[in-house]
Amino acid sequence: MAVRKPPITTREYWAPGHAACAGCGCAIIMRLATKAFSEAMEEKYGDPNAFAIAHATGCMEVVSAVFPYTAWKAPWIHVAFENAAAVASGIEAAWKKLGYKGKILAFGGDGGTADIGLQALSGMLERRHNVVYIMYDNEAYMNTGIQRSSSTPYGAWTTTSPPGKYSIGEDKPKKWVALIAAAHMVPYVATASIADPYDLYRKVKKAAKVDGPAFLQIHGPCVPGWRIPPEKTVEVAKLAIETGVWPLFEIENGDIRNIKFQRFPKDGKFKKPIEEYLKLQGRFKHLFKRPGAIQELKEQIKEMWRVLGKEVELP
Amino acid sequence: MAESPFKVDIERAEKELTEKMTPGAIAYIPGSSVINKTGSWRVFKPEFNKDKCVRCFLCYTYCPEPAIYLDEENYPVFDYDYCKGCGICANECPTNAITMVREVK
Repeated sequence: MAVRKPPITTREYWAPGHAACAGCGCAIIMRLATKAFSEAMEEKYGDPNAFAIAHATGCMEVVSAVFPYTAWKAPWIHVAFENAAAVASGIEAAWKKLGYKGKILAFGGDGGTADIGLQALSGMLERRHNVVYIMYDNEAYMNTGIQRSSSTPYGAWTTTSPPGKYSIGEDKPKKWVALIAAAHMVPYVATASIADPYDLYRKVKKAAKVDGPAFLQIHGPCVPGWRIPPEKTVEVAKLAIETGVWPLFEIENGDIRNIKFQRFPKDGKFKKPIEEYLKLQGRFKHLFKRPGAIQELKEQIKEMWRVLGKEVELP
Repeated sequence: MAESPFKVDIERAEKELTEKMTPGAIAYIPGSSVINKTGSWRVFKPEFNKDKCVRCFLCYTYCPEPAIYLDEENYPVFDYDYCKGCGICANECPTNAITMVREVK
């Protein structure tokens, strides 16, 4: 019997021994994104190592670079919360001047991208730097102890949005940074999820190969922050797609009238009810005791799909 | 049995890594976190049944450590020095070739 080949490269840029929690969803993103990036660099420039990483403060920075250790096997720089995109732009400009071939990868969490680093990100996209910015979205500031970010979804418990007698938890809808990035009319913007690793892999490769900036928003469940058991990380991410909570799409050149969707049901009817996604997570536990809360969340999800140009039905 | 892709890093880190402060706090040795044997965090241990494996590579793809690498025939090999026992591989395995058993010390 012929030996089957793995669909992803066996080169590793993310070494074990890092301090991420068991079952960390974002660690999966780091590993797959660097693998995909190196494969794209090999196909484009003939050198799999032709990239450098600028990494904003966040979970994955904290767990991977505990002095004197580093989990990275690629040139990597830690930058402050707000300027991952700015530093990546600088590296890219220097590489261009020095005549280096390659591309820059920038990582930021949802706090470092959606809240603190949004201005630097916007500047980077507008100046058309040859950088791929990956936002790993775990929907709160997890490394400082689960504070809300603007990417936290409606109804979620965090330490700064506690549910109680007068509060429902997070009371504002989620911010979609992918759509803000698309408004810059950059060559490539996409969302991905660890639920579909090969789709994630393909999108990172595509983003790495375009000339100009690209932005990816990737869903990465967080074990302590979402109050889920460690083995359910990928299962929760899968349910987010199957219930319509997380859209998978690609926007090229800011063309929001021709969004390509992945894993979207043909008739716009999602088969699984959103409750299946919510009940796995401790951060949404209180929603089941409040009449109308889940209905409100459903309305917001429908609104999000309407912005993307789709009418959906949620069971 | 195949060798871990991090064997070179482990040897280098064991030989060269010091606690001494470097200029700019730069970590000079790539992948030096391999010195931390995170396998001690584990409560449940994945046990692999080769007969049931269909080589779909899902466990290999999903492992966040990565504590799973591939042998010559592309079957997964579990690196118990680093496996934190999260159980994603066992949960996602389509043929239940991986089962989580309680670690006995």
